[in-house]
Amino acid sequence: MTDEGEPREAGSGRPRSSFDFAQDERSRDVEQAFDPDYDAGHFRAMTAVAARPSDTLLHLGGEMLLPLPEGALWWATERVLVVSDLHLEKGSAYAARGQMLPPYDTGATLDLVERLCAQLLPRTVISLGDSFHDRAAELRLPEAYAARIKALTGAHDWVWVEGNHDPDPPAYLGGRAAKVLRIGSLVFRHEPTGEAGEIAGHLHPAAKVKARGRMVRRRCFASDGARLVMPAMGAFTGGLNVLDDAFAPLFPEGLMAFALGGERVFAVSAKSLVPDVATSARWRL
Amino acid sequence: MPDSAAPVFALPEPFAGWFGARGWQARSHQLALTEAALAGESALLIAPTGGGKTLAGFLASLIELEDKGRRSNTGIPALHTLYISPLKALAVDVQRNLMAPVGDMELDIRIETRTGDTPGHVRQRQRRTPPDVLLTTPEQLALFIASDHAKDFFADLKCVIVDEVHAMAASKRGDLLSLGLATLGNWAPACRFIGLSATVKEPEALARWLAPDARIILAEGGVSAEVDILVSRERIPWSGHSGRFAVPEVYEAIKAAKMALVFVNTRSQAEVMFQELWRVNEDNLPIALHHGSLAKDQRVRVEAAMAAGQLKAVVCTSTLDLGIDWGEVDLVIQMGAPKGAARLVQRIGRANHRMDEASRAVLVPTNRFEVLECRAAEAAVEAGEIDGEGLRQGSLDVLAQHVMGRACGDGFDLAPLHEEIIRAAPYADLDWETFERIVDFVASGGYALKTYDRFHRIVRRPDGRWVARTAQDAQQHRMNVGAIVEAVQLAVRLASFVGKGPGAPGEKRAVRAGRKLGEIEEYFISTLVPGDTFLFGGEVLRLIGVEGLDVLTVRAVGEKPAIPSYNGGKFPLTTFLAERVRQMIHDPGQWDALPGPVREWFAVQARRSSIPPPDHLLVETFPRGERHYMVCYPFEGRLAHQTLGMLLTRRLERMGAKPLGFVASEYAMAVWAMEDMAGLDMGDLFHPDMMGDDLEAWLDESALMKRTFAHCAQVSGLIARNLPGKEKNSRQVSFSADLIYDVLRSHEPDHILLQAARQDAATGLLDVRRLSDMLVRIRGKIDHNALDRISPFAVPVMLEMGREPVFGASVQDAVLGEAEDVLVRDAMRE
Repeated sequence: MTDEGEPREAGSGRPRSSFDFAQDERSRDVEQAFDPDYDAGHFRAMTAVAARPSDTLLHLGGEMLLPLPEGALWWATERVLVVSDLHLEKGSAYAARGQMLPPYDTGATLDLVERLCAQLLPRTVISLGDSFHDRAAELRLPEAYAARIKALTGAHDWVWVEGNHDPDPPAYLGGRAAKVLRIGSLVFRHEPTGEAGEIAGHLHPAAKVKARGRMVRRRCFASDGARLVMPAMGAFTGGLNVLDDAFAPLFPEGLMAFALGGERVFAVSAKSLVPDVATSARWRL
Repeated sequence: MPDSAAPVFALPEPFAGWFGARGWQARSHQLALTEAALAGESALLIAPTGGGKTLAGFLASLIELEDKGRRSNTGIPALHTLYISPLKALAVDVQRNLMAPVGDMELDIRIETRTGDTPGHVRQRQRRTPPDVLLTTPEQLALFIASDHAKDFFADLKCVIVDEVHAMAASKRGDLLSLGLATLGNWAPACRFIGLSATVKEPEALARWLAPDARIILAEGGVSAEVDILVSRERIPWSGHSGRFAVPEVYEAIKAAKMALVFVNTRSQAEVMFQELWRVNEDNLPIALHHGSLAKDQRVRVEAAMAAGQLKAVVCTSTLDLGIDWGEVDLVIQMGAPKGAARLVQRIGRANHRMDEASRAVLVPTNRFEVLECRAAEAAVEAGEIDGEGLRQGSLDVLAQHVMGRACGDGFDLAPLHEEIIRAAPYADLDWETFERIVDFVASGGYALKTYDRFHRIVRRPDGRWVARTAQDAQQHRMNVGAIVEAVQLAVRLASFVGKGPGAPGEKRAVRAGRKLGEIEEYFISTLVPGDTFLFGGEVLRLIGVEGLDVLTVRAVGEKPAIPSYNGGKFPLTTFLAERVRQMIHDPGQWDALPGPVREWFAVQARRSSIPPPDHLLVETFPRGERHYMVCYPFEGRLAHQTLGMLLTRRLERMGAKPLGFVASEYAMAVWAMEDMAGLDMGDLFHPDMMGDDLEAWLDESALMKRTFAHCAQVSGLIARNLPGKEKNSRQVSFSADLIYDVLRSHEPDHILLQAARQDAATGLLDVRRLSDMLVRIRGKIDHNALDRISPFAVPVMLEMGREPVFGASVQDAVLGEAEDVLVRDAMRE
């Protein structure tokens, strides 16, 4: 189903570069503030598909997408689940170099993916690159985990998008490989290029927010309404602050962060974001 | 029992002559220690500052080395004496002080230092041809033990001298050192262990820490001190720690003295005090600032100026507690309560660093409760009583590091290593099973899921000996030796701008890092946002940003700083002083010694509520505004009170009182809630069983636990702080440590490293032991007063409200939610 279908109608008549987000009662007012003609009922239905407490939505290339607090992206109309930067076997990669990190990261990451697959019943699962921490990861993979991955790739149309850590698709685990994947108006690739409609990973975005005198740092989706960078989902993957210079060329008009909370995703505007202290040589005065 | 020193022993020549030529006489404790040492006995010398401790420690070694016949059996150069001090600077200073008598007597003795600053070629030479005496630090010893042929290097060692034992024993650093000493005892069975210590509460425990058979030698005399409490002409504030109100009087005291040390408890207080003193410094007295964050060259300049007698006063933190003699100090001013009698004695000893003159000290309480604490400390010093922490159970992360170190050196056999380890006092109770788990942890991470067999860091050779698997594993270990996980220090620098003129607001300009002002913990900087101001090195600085390990700042002249809250030198009130304070409060006979406003405060408290007996806990409940308050006064220190607050609010939640938050001070803890708490059964509420499940559940979620785990992960070698070729910064370390913590906790909650972290958090950072002792002590002795309004005692802690974050299960999500609210408001605004 890679390239079939026309651009979706779901967001027609709406500016492609705007965000939408909805939150309980209050959110309806916000929607209307953006777009008085918008059909809030339809909006609710989309959310209900996911049957989850989180109902922060984002629009991209005319498509309505649901970012999940686990760090995955759900495209309900196409039944596509996107996960990114799983970095499976990162723990054992460190162990091989003398740092004995717990060998449970692959299991923890697979738990998440399996749970989402069971809840959402996706037709297609896209693993957006750096699915494995290194080229040798597949060889280190314990048999039990390999079996779980085979079960996943057997049950879905599973696409391994190539990443810089894992340029070759896994040999024995099923699924198909792609450098770039296009579905409708959306483009899936590992390293972001800034192309409109692009969903990418690679950068591991994280948002740092200050409020009530406290600082919270969370993985996040980063988007300006035309393109999207996914958070890393691997249990041992860290994050890069979205205010880092690496994000600036991708989002020339600025970006919004969708931070992963415990139960839902929080839309955070640029002005609530704070930089990590060590980011860049240039500073706003 | 301690021996009192009876001088029957006489120094041989040329030593007796050297003393005589100077008109000196060796003190009896110097002779007693030398006699014991020459007989090969281990001994702990306890003497006050200025007692000639260091020379006493070395005399026996110098005598042996002077007499060539008593040198190494083999004739090959071998290390005779290893001296270990907690401070690099102290090792260097001791070398200088030893060189004088050695030079005067023309002794042919090689004395060298080995610290982190020693260049590589010198280290190599020291290994090939060891000096007679090597002066070094605990970390360097750990490094030695982890190097090839370490055993041969130490085989002829005759003497180990540990300086300032009291300052090291009860810490992770002390754990590591005690393991190192046990190894030396094993490798060099003829070696004696000499400890030098200031006065401590339990000399026997400290002697046991030094060596299983060490005897105690007490120096006669002690500090005679004139301690006064500065009773200000101003009213003493209800709360706060700045001591601003007393600055004019402190200034007068400085003026009247030859040279004064002004001790404060935290670096931020040092900054504030320094600024305030200069504000009133009409005579332009040379007043300097000295604390651990300042650039090294700046500290060195201050120290040199002190030694040269060019300064009138130095505002300082615990950086000047230990060690070196700085010159003609004749007055010590302690701002705020000293928090412990032993610390006070140590600090008083900085004035007139000589045994035969009385030291002069002035205590300046900064709030009302501190008046009591200062008075208690003064009385303790007068009575010659002292507090002290007991020895601790050794940390498991340190043990893991030592086991890896032993494998990197000459390797070990399992059973003999266990025997060696349990000779170290902190590990005397280490059972075989825990020991095996630690070895397993070092080898492969110790996980129930055994998937790392191929990657073991240490392996068992066919002959049963455990060794590092590869040279790289050993090198990585050596690069990460040490039990102090310092928060990574960032260099504070003045920034200069590239290009000209101020740009438009919001424009980005390139900046260049300029002069270094000092160092600051990354943790503190990470709480700031570019644009924030803070006080540093006596100046107000604005944060521009951080680049690599540099904090870029500009001067923000004339602006009000956000007071720096960088940690460093915060001590909890000792149990010993707390008890004295409780007794003083209860006994009106002792009130006469207190200033008028404090007496009045007590009298009103007695009328309106009550004054609790020393072994009781006073609990007050009262309404105020829309809320209901409960305040209790355990006097157990802020850490224990914070833990109590966390646990009580959980319990109040379950009892339906709807608690909203709490605040803890050194003396009291206050909770506020939606519902009245006066009707609750206080015996149930304060029941010691709160230390069970509630504690565990809360602990596991707390940020503090994550930080503790990150420390343990680094000390134990699970995460390398330094890798060959690159250095991680602490954010990367702590961020990944959080992820590891989460994954490990959900998959293997009984993992040995989680146990180690829980043990650390419970004993150290949370003062859990102290809290549980208190809860047991006050059972059936809770005095509850239901009041109609706030009591006088409650005022200080109530004034601290709002400085503590509100508790809550999902505070983090609430913060995110608030950020989202900002977005919603923006969206809704026309």
